[in-house]
Amino acid sequence: MREKHTDAVVIGGGSAGLAAASRIAAEGFSVTVLERESQPGGILNQCIHNGFGLQRFKEDLSGPEYAERFIDLVEKQDNVEVLLETTALEVSPGPVHAVYGYSRHTGVTRIDARAIVLAMGCRERNRGNIGIPGTRPSGVFTAGLAQRLINIDGFIPGRRAVILGSGDIGLIMARRCTWVGMEVLAVIEIQSYPSGLTRNIVQCLNDFGIPLYLSHTVSAIHGRDRVSGVTVTPMEEGKSAAAKSFDLECDTILLSVGLIPDNELSRKFGVHLNPETGGAFVDAGLMSSVPGVFACGNVLHVHDLVDYVSEESERCASYVIEYLRGEYPARHQPVSAGANVKYVIPNRYLPEMTNRFYLRSLIVKNKAELIVTLDGEPLKRKKLAHVQPSEMVSFSLDAADLPRISEPEEKRLEVSIV
Amino acid sequence: MERKLVCISCPLGCRLTVTWQNETDITVSGNKCAKGESYAREEILAPKRVVTATVAVTAEAGGAETGRAAAGAAANGGPAAGQAASPEPRRLPVKTSAPLLKEHIPALLNELYRMETKPPLRCGDVLLKDIAGTGVDLVATRSLKAK
Repeated sequence: MREKHTDAVVIGGGSAGLAAASRIAAEGFSVTVLERESQPGGILNQCIHNGFGLQRFKEDLSGPEYAERFIDLVEKQDNVEVLLETTALEVSPGPVHAVYGYSRHTGVTRIDARAIVLAMGCRERNRGNIGIPGTRPSGVFTAGLAQRLINIDGFIPGRRAVILGSGDIGLIMARRCTWVGMEVLAVIEIQSYPSGLTRNIVQCLNDFGIPLYLSHTVSAIHGRDRVSGVTVTPMEEGKSAAAKSFDLECDTILLSVGLIPDNELSRKFGVHLNPETGGAFVDAGLMSSVPGVFACGNVLHVHDLVDYVSEESERCASYVIEYLRGEYPARHQPVSAGANVKYVIPNRYLPEMTNRFYLRSLIVKNKAELIVTLDGEPLKRKKLAHVQPSEMVSFSLDAADLPRISEPEEKRLEVSIV
Repeated sequence: MERKLVCISCPLGCRLTVTWQNETDITVSGNKCAKGESYAREEILAPKRVVTATVAVTAEAGGAETGRAAAGAAANGGPAAGQAASPEPRRLPVKTSAPLLKEHIPALLNELYRMETKPPLRCGDVLLKDIAGTGVDLVATRSLKAK
């Protein structure tokens, strides 16, 4: 077994991992990035559509263009080593952590490091997660897998497709499939409102006359060897109206039914996970329950925009740097989700610095208001033009916003939406 | 005449109302910025879209690899470049340099599914110039290094 020593190991070479690695290395620390694929960039490599980087670069970039900006940064840094086609198998935590990576070229390598950044991203929910009845023919793909097959490997997965779920990946794939010559019969959404952005409904469905069935679901998949069709059933007051079902003849089903942070590895070595996010519980410096192990990007919580992933990952890197220098702050205070809030990240705050929070609403509302309380006392209010579960909300609290807290006291922040 | 639109210029998705008598007398309401106004006018008069797609990457004779993967395998102490059976990107992502008139999109898609490209390529390299006389180019959106 080969052995290496480095200051920080970053697990995952996608948008989160590259941003974190580059920032840690810029302060002179050595960084090893483990990347499973044969190229860095992660999911951005297959997201060939535009709309990335509007916030960060004020430019309308495709996924590969956005990734290349970070790949170029890392390639110029001598103290970053990217191990491609290398999968992180196991972590033994300790004062110095040992990360075991496997590559089919070189076997197992053990890498010792004081800090670890979890940046593995997320995976797609699949047929098993949502339990669609019916037969088990080939032709059922997650939308992201179909995207990879078309955009990187150059295969077209079928001829006539039905898409289940109206998340942005599903909508983008409706256009993509149409543009490669497939016929997209319908997008089926169980909720009464689309979960993707309205602009994607317009330019990916309406432009091609693809119908969107809201409050409908796929109640059965048919076919023996290959998908031959689906049964679509309307939902009325939360119940399926089976009598009004209809069939669509298709050979392909794409599932765009949500994403789950990919924390199999983290769970195995004792990182406490938050059931609301599927990611780690983190303190104000994005450090998990295992000292020296940090998390950022979609493995922490699923983001809407890669621009936010880059911001969060660079911020995470700045805390990793403090940790490596032995200057990591103590005395983190608790944060919790109040009314109409699914979760707030991070789960702790520090009274003496600027704290940036990301949260998700549980409700759809125009002219909403964000309310932050400290031990029940109002601290800050912020007007929100529109909230919905699929759009992340962010805000910051400066040291000036927060009271000084003496040593043994605990003051809880709570974030609500009304 | 009146039409309701949703602006696609950014993720806000403003709901627009466009009313017009003729090509020069168009009023737009519901937009939060100037982009909404120009989007609505364009959508009525001559709708345009950015096209993103891929074109085939043909490896050179002898099983040449693209640079990034080859360099990665070498850095891992892997087999010499050329032997590695690394899965390579078989498609190069491309986009139009600006929104293209919708009527030109089908012909462009047909053309680029016949196209082949060879590394080395730089992100931003122009692959087709002045599509259908519109002044819009087709550009590569990632770099591929030669071996």
